[in-house]
Amino acid sequence: MSTNNSTLLDVKHLKVYFPVTRGLFRKKVADVKAVDNVSLKVHVGETLGLVGESGCGKSTLGRGILRLLEPTAGEVYFEGQNILTIPTGKMRKLRRKMALMFQDPYSSLNPRQNAGSIVGESLLIHNMTNSKAEYHERVEQLFRRVGLNPSMIDRVPHEFSGGQRQRIGIARALACDPSLIVCDEPISALDVSIQAQVINLLKELQRGTKGLTYIFIAHDLSVVRHISDRVAVMYLGHIVEITDSDSLYENPLHPYTQALLSAIPIPDPFVEEGREMILLEGDVPSPLDPPSGCPFHPRCFMAVPDCSKTLPQLREVKNGHEVACIRV
Amino acid sequence: MAPYSEESEIQYRVKSVLGEPMEVLLQVNNLQVRFDTEAGVVKAVDGVTYRVYENEIVGIVGESGCGKSVTQLATMQLIPNPPGRIINGEVWFEGKDLLKYERNGKEMRSVRGSKVSMIFQEPMTSLNPVLTIKEQICESMQLHLGLTKADARKRAIELLGIVGIPAAKSRVDDYPHQFSGGMRQRVMIAMALSCNPKLLIADEPTTALDVTTQAVLLELMKDLVNRFNSSLVLVTHNLGVVAKYAHRIYVMYAGRIVEFGPTKEIFARPRHPYTVGLLKSVPRLDQPRDKELVPIDGLPPNLIRLPPTCAFLPRCPYRINRCEKAHWPALTEVGPHHSAACFVNLEEKALDVNEQ
Repeated sequence: MSTNNSTLLDVKHLKVYFPVTRGLFRKKVADVKAVDNVSLKVHVGETLGLVGESGCGKSTLGRGILRLLEPTAGEVYFEGQNILTIPTGKMRKLRRKMALMFQDPYSSLNPRQNAGSIVGESLLIHNMTNSKAEYHERVEQLFRRVGLNPSMIDRVPHEFSGGQRQRIGIARALACDPSLIVCDEPISALDVSIQAQVINLLKELQRGTKGLTYIFIAHDLSVVRHISDRVAVMYLGHIVEITDSDSLYENPLHPYTQALLSAIPIPDPFVEEGREMILLEGDVPSPLDPPSGCPFHPRCFMAVPDCSKTLPQLREVKNGHEVACIRV
Repeated sequence: MAPYSEESEIQYRVKSVLGEPMEVLLQVNNLQVRFDTEAGVVKAVDGVTYRVYENEIVGIVGESGCGKSVTQLATMQLIPNPPGRIINGEVWFEGKDLLKYERNGKEMRSVRGSKVSMIFQEPMTSLNPVLTIKEQICESMQLHLGLTKADARKRAIELLGIVGIPAAKSRVDDYPHQFSGGMRQRVMIAMALSCNPKLLIADEPTTALDVTTQAVLLELMKDLVNRFNSSLVLVTHNLGVVAKYAHRIYVMYAGRIVEFGPTKEIFARPRHPYTVGLLKSVPRLDQPRDKELVPIDGLPPNLIRLPPTCAFLPRCPYRINRCEKAHWPALTEVGPHHSAACFVNLEEKALDVNEQ
């Protein structure tokens, strides 16, 4: 993993709201603030993990960054240009450099398209190859890179297993030599023994490709920590803590991060015996009607009256370790 | 919190050292389940034998399609027929073989939902959306315990309180869609406990839920089985969950049990290559990040065309000549209360799981 510090992606105050409408004239009555004022930086060649529970806005953030969802406000600088303001034609050209990998390998591949054309389609769209022969060669090369036999190019998705389909998804994402791949829960639908195959493949590809950057979105913190250099923890549309993966486990500062970590059982009964668990009360509040102040305060075991008054901002408490909590 | 009380472990040890048998609550012998499909006969469960003692939590782990859920459904005779068939086996519970009963006969129904109850994975789909929570909880109590409507309602409110639903009195008349996923699973737990079951079978009870909710619900289930003196069968693919909650573990692969034993034995000295592989392939929060994951190569076998040899053979890194020639190995004792179905003595190789 490279420690190159140049910034590939710089997200500033990104907001993605979904309007809630009512009545015949679809009058807007409220907003679901799926992503609310998120700022973060992703460096070239690193893996940034995004974790949080369902509904916290992690996938929406991933899609907002790629402009697959039109953000409500904010700026997203990709390689120095703000992609939210450039015209769609130019944007399409830029899309070559940003790819997305989906969660469900069963529904994200067209069942009537053969594997080769799924992988190679974007090569044709972006005119990446000069001849048919070159196209075929590129597709075969991509198959080999993700550990699939090129003889399977003509098969259709149902002939592949879940793990192999996810490999096709990776090959598709890699097709146009992107600099950024947003992996949205890429292993959640896979069996434990297959998950490790895909994780290792993703890591290997990053090692072998200069400057390949991942945003890795998942709810499983142990997997995210394993693959990421830095991890951002989200809760109800906000980033509550962002730090490098080691200090996240060794020194979590935000109470939500602490609860999240303690809730993950470690597959070792001897270690588990000595672990304290923080049990959270209640459910995640609705993003339609978020609590005042810190979004976590109704469930927080450290909350003080002040927590309901102001929304804490992310601030750096240690080198590279940012947290949004007034008690830290 | 310790995964289980020191005391119960000591009792377990003392009893096993003295050779005094613990009370067996459920004994399943050589269960075989087949599904007839267009492609052929699927051997979903192929000779599974396991037991559940009183007041214990048993974990059943395995990947999707290994037969762990089908085994549980079969013990309750809940396999749809066709296409499913239970072709062999015995399920001994309170001195009776449940498989001798008519599938939907009176005797089976008196066991199912009252003495043995189940919690399913999807709290969204296993509750009836057009009935109120009260109607769903009270149904089994009126049927099995003969409670009147008013008494059943009272007990339903009490149960909802026990499983931690706030304002149970007013929420008992709500419909499932008015509850969140975690709350719905609490309702399922309340329903499952309503008739004081001796055995609770939870099939991936928290897989569809968030980790913080999972932690709360598993703690709740552990406390409740303690309080009601029941036993719990916890079916899951999550090794962390069984490490924390189960007293004993059965590992399933391709419709068979490949290893079983006390939880600590299994994690400290796994003796089947599949168990070793599973342990090495999951990232652990407490280990350094750069520790390489070792995936299990290949894919799970096709259950229609199972080879006569060990089903794990094509993926096994430890295989020896004997594996290729012999019929698949039976479970043999490899330690105290610990058995594995493997020809290779894995003692040395297995140890490095923890040392690495």
